[in-house]
Amino acid sequence: MNAEFAVKMQGITKYFGDFCALKEVELAVRAGTIHSILGENGAGKTTLMNILYGFYTCDSGKIFVHGSEQEISTPKDAINLGIGMVHQHFMLVEPYTVLQNIILGDETTKIPGIIDYKKARRKIEGLAQAYHFNIDLDAKIQDITVGMQQRVEIMKALYRGAEILILDEPTSVLTPQEIDELIDIMHSMVKNGKTIVIITHKLAEIMKSSDECTVIRKGKNVASVKIEDTSENELAELMVGRKVHFTVEKENRKTGEVIFSVDRLTVEDDRGITKVNDISFGIRAGEIFGIAGVDGNGQQELFEAIASLRKAKTGSIHMKGVNITNTSPREMFENGICVIPEDRQKSGLVLEFTVAENMVLEKIGRAPFSRHGLLDLKKIRKNATDLIREYDVRPEHCEDTRAGALSGGNQQKAIIARAISNDPDLLIAVQPTRGLDVGAIEFVHKAIVGQRNQGKAILLISLELEEVLKLSDRIAVLYNGKFADILDAKDADENRIGLLMAGGKNDENA
Amino acid sequence: MDNIGIIISITLMYATPLILAALGGIISELSGITNIGIEGMMVIGAFAGAAVGYFSGNPWIGLLCAAGAGGLLALMHAIACVKFNANQIISGVALNLIGLGLSLFLSRIFFDGATQTLPVPSKLPKISLGGGISLDSTVIIALCLVVFVWFYLYRMRGGLRLRAIGEHPAAADTLGINVYLFRYLAVIVSGLLAGMGGAAMSLAVVSSFTPIVISGHGYIALAAVIFGRWNPVGSSLACILFGFAQALVVILGGGEIAIPSQILAMLPYILTIAVLMLLKGKTAAPRASGVPYIKGSR
Repeated sequence: MNAEFAVKMQGITKYFGDFCALKEVELAVRAGTIHSILGENGAGKTTLMNILYGFYTCDSGKIFVHGSEQEISTPKDAINLGIGMVHQHFMLVEPYTVLQNIILGDETTKIPGIIDYKKARRKIEGLAQAYHFNIDLDAKIQDITVGMQQRVEIMKALYRGAEILILDEPTSVLTPQEIDELIDIMHSMVKNGKTIVIITHKLAEIMKSSDECTVIRKGKNVASVKIEDTSENELAELMVGRKVHFTVEKENRKTGEVIFSVDRLTVEDDRGITKVNDISFGIRAGEIFGIAGVDGNGQQELFEAIASLRKAKTGSIHMKGVNITNTSPREMFENGICVIPEDRQKSGLVLEFTVAENMVLEKIGRAPFSRHGLLDLKKIRKNATDLIREYDVRPEHCEDTRAGALSGGNQQKAIIARAISNDPDLLIAVQPTRGLDVGAIEFVHKAIVGQRNQGKAILLISLELEEVLKLSDRIAVLYNGKFADILDAKDADENRIGLLMAGGKNDENA
Repeated sequence: MDNIGIIISITLMYATPLILAALGGIISELSGITNIGIEGMMVIGAFAGAAVGYFSGNPWIGLLCAAGAGGLLALMHAIACVKFNANQIISGVALNLIGLGLSLFLSRIFFDGATQTLPVPSKLPKISLGGGISLDSTVIIALCLVVFVWFYLYRMRGGLRLRAIGEHPAAADTLGINVYLFRYLAVIVSGLLAGMGGAAMSLAVVSSFTPIVISGHGYIALAAVIFGRWNPVGSSLACILFGFAQALVVILGGGEIAIPSQILAMLPYILTIAVLMLLKGKTAAPRASGVPYIKGSR
């Protein structure tokens, strides 16, 4: 048990069909430490951990747990070896209680087959005390916060006696305060002798939490470093394979007239619950107006009402003096509004269409792309060729490629190319970098700021607080359907906004 | 007093095939496999029950074979849906056609070209409770099964796992629960129950198989599953409501009030449609029902 390394993976290779997801990857995690696995999307981090957890089996390679070689072919094997995993998409049964979720698959029984909830409850309460967890065992998963759900996941692993805990992108859904709490929990677990492996592409958190870091790029090892010997910049460079610029150049420029305004807007969701409650704001030309907030506080309904995808109950929306409330997406487009939608695969692109076709979706009925109802295929293709070159959409010459065959980052580039080529006066960007890696994020951010610098108005709705802080000129914090506050970017910092996101009052001293 | 007893008896008699089939539907759906092939499984159960009951002279052997026949048909559904990720609706529709077609085909072979069986020498026994109440033995079996299934689903380890699989199969998988095995078993059990339901019709309500002895009972049972929100007790109450509608057909049809029998015969079906319309948007279906589970996909 007292081996130096809690986990050692050697020469791990994994193919999915012809695609080589991992090639000869090595990983060595010291017992009693927090070890990060860093890599871009699709680099193979999660695949590697799914192999350790027995969710996939590797094609070749060896796994050592506490110094002895092990064959892990099912999650059950991993659990028996004391390995627990918290998946990025929580593996929780929503209508079940916290207690039921924790014991599922490892139920204590009195009479064979009949569950003994009391015994399980005592055991979990003991664990909760040891790790200073605060969880309500009788609440249903669907009623508790995401941060709480994550604790349930961690408790699931502890309940099974996990000594080694894998966390897959644990912070992507948390508020800054919840992230700090999570890091505290991780530290207290390490103090209790546990070993933690954390998968992430967020550099700041690695620096804050980890002891060591293994970087993976395109399925191969790039480096293993001690955190004390490295920096955020170095890690980013290792991850992407080139220099990354974290800050975006923002010219200081005078903003213009208010061109877009929302007045006392109220919106209900499908079930008739008020999700946006009497919101008003305006956006000037040359300004990025950012909306921050935890998911589910009305972002979706607000966006849908503005984009005419959902009926506003009361209130009005004006674009350059024209009332566009409850019109249609076409009307929005005619009035100079373009959208970078949240879900690029569902509402951004027609995945079965070619890139060239996707690039003219909104204006396919207009000259020069069609005349008298007939498409001008040459013009459509030429348009795509130009945009692909200008926005560096890869692979090269992908005009006739199915949009669905592009990588996520390139799909997003195609959408941004299309939106900006329409020369909108207002660009609405919803979660424009969701699921993208640092390289692609850098590109998207530059494009958005570029639009601002050209005097366009931009509405940015994002759950990534860092993104809102970095890009916006003014920041509104959406909480429970209302703006908790609207701040100037220069007055805003992570702490203050984080508090507002969690429903705290602005006048409290943070 | 006796009249009430008779109404209760008839109601439960008609409700029993539905209850058995609905229990099958619940178990399958809670595991995440939609089973609209229940109808076909009832048909083949009704045929196998009556045919074996006729040749063996023992209705209990008939009932067992009916369950087996339904289970076999369900195994085909399980292989298609669990192993090959087939579309569960299409597989279910195909099984409904196979269930009826196979029954008629076998009937022609064993009964001189007739599409119906000869009456069984003895039906399943009735138990008289006095007060005009006399219940088929299948009624007792069905009510016991309702209690057992409820207990299994909500108090036992297997039930907790089964329901988890229908809600979030990947979660169950990551905890070392065998999703595929559970789904196989659940679908087969649903076939066993539906087959018994069919035989409860052909060995207890009537005494032979005819092509129309099962006419939409499987679908009514599925409506009861939804009406009862996938809960065995709730769904059984729904089945009893439908059974009552059918009992009314019998009672009113023989009475002095002249209601055309065709109109009366529509009653259970109209009730089904009305109930489903009223339930619009109020359902709590298992989230993964109808969705094949493919390991590693999100």
